[in-house]
Amino acid sequence: MNNENPLRNEIVTQDKKAKKKNVPASAKNKTLLATPYGLWMAAFIIIPLILVLYYGLTDGNGNFTLDNLTLIANPINRKALWLSLKLSVISTVICLLLAYPLALILKSMKLKDNSFIVMIVILPMWMNFLLRTIAWQNILEKNGVINTILEALHLPALNIINTPTAIVLGMVYNFLPFMILPIYNTLAKIDDNVINAARDLGANGWVTFKRVIFPLSMPGVISGITMVFVPSLTTFAISTILGGSKIVLIGNVIEQQFQKLGNWNTGSGLSLVLMVFILVSMTAVAKYDKDSEGTNAW
Amino acid sequence: MKKKLSLIISLVLTCSLMLTGCGKNDNNGNSASNGGNSLYVYNWGEYIDPEVIDMFEEETGIKVIYNEFEQNEDMYAIIKAGAVNYDVVCPSDYMIEKMISEDMLQELNYDNIPNITNIDETYLKSAEGFDPGNKFSVPYCWGTVGILYNTTMVDEPITSWGALFDEKYSGDILMMDSVRDAYMIALTYLGYDLNSTDEAQIEEATELLKSQYPLVQAYVVDQVRDKMIGNEAAVGVIYSGEAIYTQRENPDLQYVVPEEGSNVWIDGWVIPKNAQNKENAEAWINFMCREDIALLNFEYITYSTPNKGARELIEDEDIKNSEIAFPDASILSRCKTYNYLGEEMDALYINKFNEVKY
Repeated sequence: MNNENPLRNEIVTQDKKAKKKNVPASAKNKTLLATPYGLWMAAFIIIPLILVLYYGLTDGNGNFTLDNLTLIANPINRKALWLSLKLSVISTVICLLLAYPLALILKSMKLKDNSFIVMIVILPMWMNFLLRTIAWQNILEKNGVINTILEALHLPALNIINTPTAIVLGMVYNFLPFMILPIYNTLAKIDDNVINAARDLGANGWVTFKRVIFPLSMPGVISGITMVFVPSLTTFAISTILGGSKIVLIGNVIEQQFQKLGNWNTGSGLSLVLMVFILVSMTAVAKYDKDSEGTNAW
Repeated sequence: MKKKLSLIISLVLTCSLMLTGCGKNDNNGNSASNGGNSLYVYNWGEYIDPEVIDMFEEETGIKVIYNEFEQNEDMYAIIKAGAVNYDVVCPSDYMIEKMISEDMLQELNYDNIPNITNIDETYLKSAEGFDPGNKFSVPYCWGTVGILYNTTMVDEPITSWGALFDEKYSGDILMMDSVRDAYMIALTYLGYDLNSTDEAQIEEATELLKSQYPLVQAYVVDQVRDKMIGNEAAVGVIYSGEAIYTQRENPDLQYVVPEEGSNVWIDGWVIPKNAQNKENAEAWINFMCREDIALLNFEYITYSTPNKGARELIEDEDIKNSEIAFPDASILSRCKTYNYLGEEMDALYINKFNEVKY
């Protein structure tokens, strides 16, 4: 690792030198090209965020208040948040446990053209997410596909529709690709020589995995966790469709504030609290990542 | 420098984007008030035979700009914000009452709506529950809320809301996932007014709904249709307009308005205060009241029509005499419309309903 850095720096400086000759033209082009993105950011990310912040911190008359944020402490909302956290952590862990071995297998297949892999993983995503979730509802229902098959085989029926289990299943199914792809990408980039070196130095398969492969794949794991945990925590469609509206997650509470009550202030306030939870958990994960990197340097 | 410049450019562009947004509305308003030959209609989704719009345009020469909403609350937010000037809108009873109370509607000039004579007196009378004197609204569609049950899965004909609270049907009950309807059922079953604002009564209803929770298979609104057709549950709560459709698909299904009473809802045409084309809007309402037009709409959307002329024209005797589409007076007499209960009560109901799901 230490050897790499100076090398990289050199390349970068060379790059800079090369570019210096025609700075004016390229810089102009760059800013010009960046303008649409800047606009996009401003119109669809920054301004909405400011609006959420504004609504979340004001009451119906536009006066400053923290009531919208403290509403999270109300027993119903607290339970909804707690359940959401629980279910999204469970589904993130399941996704990780499923995706990592799969990514390792895919790496070991050493396919030259990895578009096949991408295709396999992404193919279900070509269909609309709601459609796929409704399909799961039909599969899991009392007279659904699974139970019809079980019945034909004289096996006991599976009754998980409208329970938290069905919601976790929906989350895992929908978000699994977001875990597989980043992990596979980082694994695929690990140089085989690094692994061979570890084996040469006497590490067995497990130690190689623990000390070399896993630490090097951490960036992929982290982004995978983020990309599964965040949508799971905020979902309201999956819990409505697969939970039969019997289970209220924090996403449902927020949706209700906007759609049924027309109370943008409370809805925004609760969203802000949720954002804080996401930020905190992401920082915790990132910090763990840094720590583990530190130990690996030894 | 460059950075600053691009920042300024993006700011200017964003602002201009917003301004064009506003400008557009102004233009709409102006052209409408100047030209006067267009009409902005805001209706529920899938709530009209599209052919009717073309016919209206052809006969009157008025250009229709037709938009749809999904819930009363969405529509309310749009009209309240005043960004778009709709000329004629079709909200439900309690929402009409709310809009009247907030002075958002214009009185109708019945000289321009001679076809009002086609509307059955009964419904005009029902509509007075939320619009006294029928000053602001003309009924468009109506229906009841009742129980849909599968005759092969129950022992005896169902007549009471009690079936929804019966442990016999545990796991086979589909409850309405709409706050007012859910509470209407609990309150009516307990013998209270469905527009109750008495906190003790609401609390009692909440307890009843809580005791029902373990028995419920799922809380649904639109999905009740497919689930009942697919024999997923024995009893479900459904709007009468949907019941006719489900019976066509699955003849084992029966619809009943329980003996304790129920909700009768009416959606009606109203003209918002900021409408630019009031006369065109009245021409539209008049057109909707014409018997042949009401018949086209009825056949397309299968929701009951208050138009007696249209009912006479229905050829299918089964539908014409259907208890579901046109319940007799004894059934209607035990049904009531919803009233607007105020913002605080709305919030109380919703919070209590969330409590039920724990």
